[in-house]
Amino acid sequence: MDKETLLHWYRQMVLIRTFEQKCSELYQQGKIGGFLHLYIGQEAVAVGSINARQENDHLITAYRDHAHAIMAGTDVKYLMAEMLGKATGISKGKGGSMHLADVSKNYWGGYGIVGGHVPLGVGIALAEQYKGTDSAVLCYMGDGSTNIGYFHEALNLAGVWDLPVLFIVENNQYGMGTAVERASAVKTMVEKAAAYGMKGKQVDAMNVFEVHNATQKALQAIRKGKAPQFLEMITYRFEGHSMGDPLRYRSKEEVHKWQENDPIGILEKHLLDEKEATQEEMDQIDEEVKQEIEAAVQFAEESPFPALESLFEDVYANDL
Amino acid sequence: MPKITMRQAITDALREEMLRDDNVFIMGQEVGVWGGTYAVTRGFYDEFGAKRVRDTPISEMVIGGAAAGAAMNGLRPVAEFMTINFAFLALDAIVNHAAKVRYMFGGQMKCPVVYRAPGGGGRQLGATHSHTPDVIFAHFPGLKVVSPATAYDAKGLLKSAIRDDNPVLFIEHHTLYQIRDEVPTEEYLVPIGKSDVKREGTDVTIVGYAQGLQVALDAAAKLAEEGISAEVVDLRSLRPLDMGPVLKSFQKTFRAVVVEEGYRTFGIGAEIVARLHEEGFDYQDAPIKRVAQYEVPLPYSRELEQSALINVDRVIKAVKEVL
Ligand SMILES: Cc1ncc(C[n+]2csc(CCOP(=O)(O)OP(=O)(O)O)c2C)c(N)n1
Ligand SMILES: [Mg+2]
Repeated sequence: MDKETLLHWYRQMVLIRTFEQKCSELYQQGKIGGFLHLYIGQEAVAVGSINARQENDHLITAYRDHAHAIMAGTDVKYLMAEMLGKATGISKGKGGSMHLADVSKNYWGGYGIVGGHVPLGVGIALAEQYKGTDSAVLCYMGDGSTNIGYFHEALNLAGVWDLPVLFIVENNQYGMGTAVERASAVKTMVEKAAAYGMKGKQVDAMNVFEVHNATQKALQAIRKGKAPQFLEMITYRFEGHSMGDPLRYRSKEEVHKWQENDPIGILEKHLLDEKEATQEEMDQIDEEVKQEIEAAVQFAEESPFPALESLFEDVYANDL
Repeated sequence: MPKITMRQAITDALREEMLRDDNVFIMGQEVGVWGGTYAVTRGFYDEFGAKRVRDTPISEMVIGGAAAGAAMNGLRPVAEFMTINFAFLALDAIVNHAAKVRYMFGGQMKCPVVYRAPGGGGRQLGATHSHTPDVIFAHFPGLKVVSPATAYDAKGLLKSAIRDDNPVLFIEHHTLYQIRDEVPTEEYLVPIGKSDVKREGTDVTIVGYAQGLQVALDAAAKLAEEGISAEVVDLRSLRPLDMGPVLKSFQKTFRAVVVEEGYRTFGIGAEIVARLHEEGFDYQDAPIKRVAQYEVPLPYSRELEQSALINVDRVIKAVKEVL
């Protein structure tokens, strides 16, 4: 990995985190409404895996979707505008935090119904197989979604039809306040994949290199073996499930223990230890990112709210 | 013009569209090797192959969702639910995904999927297999819902549905597969969202669709023997709902009866009556009556089941009450 790439990854991780810290602030100010699910702590998953995709590979995920949108390459100003419900938002103010998509970047969106997007990802992959391309779909989901019927039907169908999908379970240990072992009859997600003919691999997903490496291999296997693959990313969300989570289901000690393995910290340490970058270089990036986010907020704040006529637009293609 | 069955009309529409557009394909349970539970896709597997005629596992949720995903990514799937009763399992995929993605993401994507589903009562299939839940699906903006009453409309509407850039639920009443009417051999389309006057008359307007429309036509024929002239309007599409021909007829007859196979409570008839009230109040000369299924799960035993369903006598009785 060359220095430029490593610093680029660092920048992406910091951009995601800074974006979300800003969102948290704006939420508390009442400028962002609805649900807001932060990804803080899980950044290595999106950064490591999406940097391993080919440009023609597709992305789809659940409602914890800011990082995937940023990694798809969407300018944060359009994402911030969406957070604020503005007309310039990536989904024109109709989606909000949970429903960011950028089809121009093969990013098919975040979805609020747990598990509901997994069949969509399978269908997107079916279309690629049908057209005979070498595209794959990176289909992200939470550990909680592996307990819903959609998950099982989707993995089974992908297995039966040999679809080019990489199922990526972001096992952050909880679905809302329910720990994995309280919701899942088997302890690991890979065991579930085995039932559908996928071998699956557990990945230390606080480490961006591990994630990148595993994803790259899985995508190669999909393109070579013409069959779906499965990765279980072992990770942790540092914040609550969404804003206003009373956090009664886990101890502060547990959170602190995971925070010692902050994915940004791990990358930072690697960069310094390997003398790939200096602290000054990273500080410089932090500062640039801060400015980028400030500019995005300014863009969002200055953008108009959607015109009320837009209420009736896009209910149907070729509106009735 | 040759007379063909509605089953044949649907088969022909599918076949013609598959020949016209390589992106059209079929997926569902038993659509391939078996040839379709209602034999609609018989021979397709041999003709088009396993890529375009795809047998699925018994997995309604992923049939609904994967068809939507494939449609978002450029294909034109025709996904078949073995019957509409099983589409309940896919309700979320249909109404929360297929019908929402365009709006929710600000018009970035379209979802040109067709869901075909046979449905209805009257075949002694018992409570779980005899639903006419059309109104449930028709409730949601973003989805189109059509249900034809004739072979002619079935063919033209299905071809329109496949070419439509929106998700369309195409409901086939299973007792209508055998009805026959004239269908041209040359290509034609029937537009979605256009009601149609199926019989002209002057004394009363009977509104129906699908199997209810056939009952309405039979009732109108009998009423004619008694000198009562009924106009019969076929909704054909439930969403978008075209009230134009219904209102026009009502402005002529001042009286109306709505016939539907589903339940009366919160049903299609409730909507039509409300719209006539809101938009045609000045023309109303009598209470508008609804003929619908009785409010019970459908039983197995033949006479018992039939007694719960709509029939010609009940329509005639309702007409006489409003005259
Ligand atoms: C079908 C459905 N049921 C319940 C919910 C409410 N809900 C939202 S997120 C969530 C937890 C999901 O946990 P997981 O899949 O592990 O994802 P994470 O939030 O940890 O990223 C629940 C229960 C929902 N959105 N959809
Ligand atoms: Mg989780």
